Amino acid sequence: MALETDRLRERFADELLEAGEPCGQPVVAVKRGRIAEILRFLKEDPALAFDSLTDVTAVDYMNRDLWERFAVVYNLYSFSRNARFRVKAFVPEADPSIASAASIWAGATWAEREAYDMYGIRFEGHPDLRRILMPDDYPGHPLRKDYPLKGRGERANFRRYTAQED
Amino acid sequence: MGLESSFENNVITTLLDKVVNWARKGSLWPMPFGTACCAIEMMAALGPRWDMSRFGSEVIRFSPRQSDLMIVSGRISIKMMPVLLKIWEQMPEPKWCISMGACASCGGIFDTYTLVQGVDQFIPVDVYIPGCPPRPENVIDAVLKLQEKIGRERVREKVHGA
Repeated sequence: MALETDRLRERFADELLEAGEPCGQPVVAVKRGRIAEILRFLKEDPALAFDSLTDVTAVDYMNRDLWERFAVVYNLYSFSRNARFRVKAFVPEADPSIASAASIWAGATWAEREAYDMYGIRFEGHPDLRRILMPDDYPGHPLRKDYPLKGRGERANFRRYTAQED
Repeated sequence: MGLESSFENNVITTLLDKVVNWARKGSLWPMPFGTACCAIEMMAALGPRWDMSRFGSEVIRFSPRQSDLMIVSGRISIKMMPVLLKIWEQMPEPKWCISMGACASCGGIFDTYTLVQGVDQFIPVDVYIPGCPPRPENVIDAVLKLQEKIGRERVREKVHGA
């Protein structure tokens, strides 16, 4: 097993759901409860030193019979060790919220806004959790699997030009 | 002393519409609203190889206040549409619109939650260009078609807001 997984298992054994190494890159699935501690440990532990957060995104595992419906995915990179690591934190459909990583890596803010916009996952402690791609008054979260491709009438309800205005 | 000295004082009888339209159609100043690959083809049409200046329409203005032809080239999302409307409303009358390519005209292949299915739902379009993206020849053809159309207009009826 990879160094990262071993170090995490020593400290957060109860939080780990699954660990693997698909395509040669170590991945762990964790519970969401202590995600901020886990991420801070991965950054600050000198043996791991994941100083860079490459991306935060989310996955909708609807009808996949995993631990929960949504997973928030953190892709980490360590410049000093030239190593990559991925953490998936599972988030329930009933309460899609998780602690923000913005206080650990400042660059998490925009990526978390995108995950909020597209999946409706709330990042607690985020300094400015607004939509980033869709209009501010847009209803719904379009990358959820149960969201229809053509939307729920958002296009049709938009203000239209009529010949009377001509 | 020059050419005018060989003519006497003179009078030309014509229609006001014809004079005004003749002046308007020969010098369309486009406002490029390029948001996607169509904009690349539009730039090619303006460049030296296709050279739209042969038809009096090369003076691209990035200020809506100085332009009278909006070329919508590319897909327009529902977040971009208010921006397009604002720019369109800032353009002084008389003004015309070319909807370039499948996306601007009808949404194209992007029949999705975020994309406007045709800018003609919001602004009056004079000429549509089919294609994905259209070639520069099509852009020039559209400008020539628009010039024909302007030639047939009644000046008094042109103003959109009236």
